[in-house]
Amino acid sequence: MEVKDRLKIQRHKIPERDPVQRAECFEEVALGFDEKLAVGEAQRCLQCKKPVCMDGCPVAIDILKFIRQVTEGDFAGAARTIRATNSLPAICGRVCPQESQCEKTCVLAKKGLPVAVGALERFVSDYDQRYGLTDGMTPGLPTGKNIAVVGSGPAGLTAAGHLVLAGHGVTVFEAFHEPGGVLIYGIPEFRLPKIIVRQEVSKLANLGVEFALNTLVGRTISVDELLKDGYSAAFLAPGAGVPAFMDIPGENLCGVYSANEFLTRVNLMKAFRFPEHDTPVYCGKHVAVIGGGNTAMDAARTALRLGPEKVYIIYRRSELEMPARREEIHHAKEEGIQFMTLTAPIAYRPNPRGWVGEMECIRMELSEPDASGRRRPVPIEGSNVVIPVDTVVVAIGAKINNLLVHTTPGLQTDRRGNLIVDKATQMTTRPGIYAGGDIASGEATVIAAMGQGRAAAKAICEYVK
Amino acid sequence: MPQIIEKKILAPRTNYFRLAAPLIAGHAQPGQFVVIRVEEGGERIPITIADIDTGEGSITLIIQEAGKTTERMGLLRTGDEIRDVLGPLGMPSEVGDFGTVALLGGGFGIAAIHLLAKALRKHKNYIISIIAARTKELLIMEDEMRRVSDELRVKSDDGSAGTKGLVIEPLDEMLKTGRHIDRVMAVGPIPMMRAVSELTRPYGVKTIVSLNPVMVDGTGMCGGCRVEIGGDTKFACVDGPEFDAHLVNFDEFIKRNQMYKEYEKLSAETCRLATAADALASAQVK
Ligand SMILES: Cc1cc2nc3c(=O)[nH]c(=O)nc-3n(C[C@H](O)[C@H](O)[C@H](O)COP(=O)(O)OP(=O)(O)OC[C@H]3O[C@@H](n4cnc5c(N)ncnc54)[C@H](O)[C@@H]3O)c2cc1C
Ligand SMILES: Cc1cc2nc3c(=O)[nH]c(=O)nc-3n(C[C@H](O)[C@H](O)[C@H](O)COP(=O)(O)OP(=O)(O)OC[C@H]3O[C@@H](n4cnc5c(N)ncnc54)[C@H](O)[C@@H]3O)c2cc1C
Ligand code: SF4
Ligand code: SF4
Ligand code: FES
Repeated sequence: MEVKDRLKIQRHKIPERDPVQRAECFEEVALGFDEKLAVGEAQRCLQCKKPVCMDGCPVAIDILKFIRQVTEGDFAGAARTIRATNSLPAICGRVCPQESQCEKTCVLAKKGLPVAVGALERFVSDYDQRYGLTDGMTPGLPTGKNIAVVGSGPAGLTAAGHLVLAGHGVTVFEAFHEPGGVLIYGIPEFRLPKIIVRQEVSKLANLGVEFALNTLVGRTISVDELLKDGYSAAFLAPGAGVPAFMDIPGENLCGVYSANEFLTRVNLMKAFRFPEHDTPVYCGKHVAVIGGGNTAMDAARTALRLGPEKVYIIYRRSELEMPARREEIHHAKEEGIQFMTLTAPIAYRPNPRGWVGEMECIRMELSEPDASGRRRPVPIEGSNVVIPVDTVVVAIGAKINNLLVHTTPGLQTDRRGNLIVDKATQMTTRPGIYAGGDIASGEATVIAAMGQGRAAAKAICEYVK
Repeated sequence: MPQIIEKKILAPRTNYFRLAAPLIAGHAQPGQFVVIRVEEGGERIPITIADIDTGEGSITLIIQEAGKTTERMGLLRTGDEIRDVLGPLGMPSEVGDFGTVALLGGGFGIAAIHLLAKALRKHKNYIISIIAARTKELLIMEDEMRRVSDELRVKSDDGSAGTKGLVIEPLDEMLKTGRHIDRVMAVGPIPMMRAVSELTRPYGVKTIVSLNPVMVDGTGMCGGCRVEIGGDTKFACVDGPEFDAHLVNFDEFIKRNQMYKEYEKLSAETCRLATAADALASAQVK
């Protein structure tokens, strides 16, 4: 196909469940390409001499090659190409912020719409899963070395995968009763079906990775005990687990949740199936979600599916500054969530029963850009508004849980409490102890966490040699 | 999955479980708790570690049937396994040479003060324990408490055990008559902990309570267990569960504790139906 013909093809839209229907169920929203759509979309790729798309991918997938393989109908080859650098592609294809990564740097983005790299990656991985195209991976020759991985989020799972393929014995220690980290307890079913995470975990288990669940390292056993107990190195990937609150009046009223709690109750504990499942969640008629990131969108769209009349997103900057993936913002609006931007809560007040009944907000305007490059919001005096609400979900970010730092001598943290690691090897300030994911970078992305898990695994292989 | 080495019924709706959990036993200290999930689909609930046997590698839980999860737990027997047990969680109790310490326990709180008394005896402390129940039948661990206390007072609502009256009455009397007490520790139902707190406040006696808010993960990840202590928000599962009673915002605490009342009723109802259905099914098999 000639370049000019390729340029004529319109970007293919990923089929989606109807917004009205999906607002009532937890089924996946994006339905994915079929073979025809995938090949059609792949044909838009110009097969550039300098595939700049790859610069935007934190794990440098050979995007050009896998897309070419899709155009040739060689889905198995494409799956192998992707798996060479990305061990959780079905997940990344769904949750990567492509618009700020691979699809941002794609040359087509300059003039029009980039190739739908994420959707293609998802197609290939789902196809792979359905037909078992890349099954038959085998662990490397046993090295006799054991490595401890703490935390089973994307960083921990990725490191475990690389380490077991290199022939090491690997145990993943996880505090929760189910592995997956944010992929299981945070990101909702309608965006990332849990079966996909479970399939990835069982692939690792089949390769010989041990999962020690219900084990809080630092309490159930310490990192130093693990190192004395026959583990030659440790990789710490406990995420950024502590929810931040705003410290404003009324934040502890009944009906005010952190996003972590709200999402954990619904996703991990399946509160949407109460009382068949035992854990309840409270969702009233007027729900306000505070924040503008992926977590806020997930909380708002999860709340919507529990049947309230109104769901608001309250965000102190404008929509432009929202850190959430564009697709999530778009989906949230389609489903009927009301956006109140340039607005910040200043107090919650109780109803006569003592539960949250209303919130007082103040309107904001944007001044000059701050250190993060985003324009700083400043309150407009006298612009206070009162909104009736009976459920509030605070989704303004997470802080580091310092349990591992407190119980492992020699680990150093930076100003923000993140673990200090060597950028190339992910080694902490203690030899033999590595760290990656949100614990080292602060709240970031799934793919960034995976990239660090992979880098650490490589360095650990060198270290234990 | 941790196995139940021994299960006993201590009193109606109060069960004793000794679990094989060597890692937890090897790291647990008085004041800490575990989070358990009895079965797939079950809720995660926190339970205090009532005893620790490092030799056997076991921990003891004393669980009062309060709703669905604790009732399902009550159905388990010696040899059964518990789906999930995570711990030890929370900050250990402060243990040291305090002088005269009054320990007040009600309900399953008696188990908690029992372990604490054992630890306090290893230091130079004079231990006054006061335990209570509605009736004699419901009183647990009287003999064990006697063994670890220098003085033991027993109270019951109807006078069938010890003397008639409330658990705080002996403490009230001691403070009124000028008896010197260096520290008070109370574990039990919320109204009791609050009453103890109000009682000791004017005397300025340092008083510790063990708060039991609704928890999910027990590791500091959800913030559901937040309590207001001296005007600051704390997460009871990692900053507590023990706090200075005089700094606790009890009004807020009580409200938050009742957040799921309606749901719990529904859950208990389905539990009873499920248990009845189980019983029916097994009767038919026979
Ligand atoms: C609601 C939500 C939505 C998001 N959406 C997106 C998205 O769409 N795209 C995207 O790229 N990113 C998204 N993110 C961010 C992304 O999920 C995180 O950056 C990523 O999961 C971090 O991975 P991690 O491996 O560092 O840790 P986590 O995924 O946080 O996993 C850490 C695991 O370690 C366990 N753990 C913690 N401490 C211990 C201990 N001491 N011992 C044993 N186990 C321990 C925890 O229980 C947890 O399971 C989202 C985050 C949230 C909360
Ligand atoms: C740190 C701590 C230590 C505890 N130690 C013990 C103990 O040693 N023995 C014992 O019998 N009980 C203990 N409890 C209380 C025990 O957790 C509750 O009785 C149990 O959760 C009730 O669950 P349920 O499903 O049986 O009843 P439900 O009907 O669900 O609830 C009954 C009451 O229990 C409380 N509760 C419900 N769910 C939770 C939850 N997830 N977390 C905390 N509280 C909840 C609420 O106040 C509720 O009103 C402790 C609680 C805490 C926080
Ligand atoms: S892993 Fe993420 S960034 Fe890389 S190609 Fe796939 S979707 Fe793009
Ligand atoms: S930059 Fe875009 S068009 Fe070029 S190879 Fe990459 S995906 Fe294809
Ligand atoms: S129980 Fe979740 S933070 Fe304490």
